Amino acid sequence: MSSMSSMSSTALAGLLPGLEIIRKDFPILERRLSGDLPLVYLDSANTSQKPQCVIDSMVDHLERHNANVARAMHQLGAESSGAFEDARDKVAAFLNAPSRDEVIFTKNATEALNLVANTMAWAGPLEVKAGDRVVITEMEHHSNIVPWQLLTERKGAELRWFGLTDDGQLDLSDIDELITPRTKVVALTWVSNMLGTINPIAEIARRAHEVGAVVVVDASQAAPQLPIDVQAVDADFLAFTGHKVTGPTGIGVLWGKGELLGQLPPFMGGGEMIETVTMERSTYAGIPHRFEAGTPPIVEAVGLGFAVDYLTEIGLDNIHRHEQAITGYLLDGLATVPGVSVMGPLDPTMRGGAVSFEIAGVHPHDVAQTLDARGIAVRAGHHCAKPAHKRFGVQSSTRASSYLYTTPAEIDALIEGINYTKNYFKVV
Amino acid sequence: MDLDSLYQEIILDHYRSPHHAGLREPFEAEVHHVNPTCGDEVTLRVHLEGEPGAETVTDVSYDAEGCSISQAAASVMADLVIGQPVQKALATHEAFVELMHGRGKVEPDEEVLEDGIAFAGVAKFPARIKCALLSWMAFKDATAQASTVG
Repeated sequence: MSSMSSMSSTALAGLLPGLEIIRKDFPILERRLSGDLPLVYLDSANTSQKPQCVIDSMVDHLERHNANVARAMHQLGAESSGAFEDARDKVAAFLNAPSRDEVIFTKNATEALNLVANTMAWAGPLEVKAGDRVVITEMEHHSNIVPWQLLTERKGAELRWFGLTDDGQLDLSDIDELITPRTKVVALTWVSNMLGTINPIAEIARRAHEVGAVVVVDASQAAPQLPIDVQAVDADFLAFTGHKVTGPTGIGVLWGKGELLGQLPPFMGGGEMIETVTMERSTYAGIPHRFEAGTPPIVEAVGLGFAVDYLTEIGLDNIHRHEQAITGYLLDGLATVPGVSVMGPLDPTMRGGAVSFEIAGVHPHDVAQTLDARGIAVRAGHHCAKPAHKRFGVQSSTRASSYLYTTPAEIDALIEGINYTKNYFKVV
Repeated sequence: MDLDSLYQEIILDHYRSPHHAGLREPFEAEVHHVNPTCGDEVTLRVHLEGEPGAETVTDVSYDAEGCSISQAAASVMADLVIGQPVQKALATHEAFVELMHGRGKVEPDEEVLEDGIAFAGVAKFPARIKCALLSWMAFKDATAQASTVG
């Protein structure tokens, strides 16, 4: 504890200027919890909190502009359609997508990844067939493992994966063996939700493209904290979710290269995805609407548009710097506590702002419960990354994850809480 | 939130030194139960003896990985059911489940639940109820497989 108080949190380089003003954008940070304790929210990799502008944009839409999109021939319909399509423009700009039509709204990142994995099962130029290979990694979230297991099982294709090094990096030593002309898909996360590792997407994409494989990137953890440029990394498909980028739940994004999206058969059939329908057969709309059957999450898309604009205004480079500063401070703090071990890279410049750790002798659920009693919200469990936990010989871990509103004082509170937890469970 | 109402001293004692832990022979049924939300796991064996229809739980052995609540629950459960007629052990299971689902409003019967009454506070922490029930559910499942009772 004494070592913590000697660490000067005010002098931390890289913090967002005006952090206290940014915090005021997030009304929930004013919340008092049971026992009148202030909220210390360190679960942003799970879901981020929402700024007032996002909340207001959704309330305003519901109060003043609500109508269905694309099919209502009235003023409100035009306003609602306009707001929905504006959101698509904002997301396209956020990703530096060459075309707005390449942005498909889904329910979440899981649906976006499943859209790709499912449509690649069907006949078409991108079909994965028996004997083909799909390559993933051992650090994927279950949502980027299970859809590929389903695809390869259904098609008699082969599923392989990159393993991990002891310091939580992708083990690329067997890349030539894994990525071969048989490889049709390489699907990987940009930033690990458990280890925090930032993967070399551009390098892997280059190798995958040499053999003609399609690169699918799960950017769920990257989009909140790194500048995303789909052209610079040369991804083919990229998925992220709204609620981790200060937007609402119920909205996700699949971006894909237009020529590839055009080669995928439709996913769900229904309204809005057609060109014309007869009783015998239908023809389909072009992208993006071909993949947006049914009434979409309209107000959620509006909220997401405001969210990505909010992040862009602050600047993803600045947010990334802030995350690195806070993560470095957190790693330093954890290093002062005997019995605490961190999984994943220890160099804050090589990782994102989610830090999973163990406390010898105290189970993660008990850690989270004890911290919660002090108003500190963290996640405990396998974080939907069971294989990555297994790789490091643990069943579960405690994860503290920061974001653009996290202060060094909150990290101090966490470290204090961890020391309290150790005392409570009498492990010293 | 009152941590001490959750982490009763009895629970922490069982957690630090669990009773009847480890997998033993002989056994008639072995089950593996998982709490999918948190990943807690238990492998549990039951050994029953006696006339069909009137068996006794001679042994419960287990290998559990999980939090203090789930570990302590396995330990208390083994204490409570070993040596009991299957029928009585299942009635104890019922009483424990009722306590867990009672939202803190059920008064536990110490005659029936013994150290199990320490879990009364768990019922007020909805996220932890499954932790307390994991090994009990495994016991019920294994006993149903091994027994002719009921």
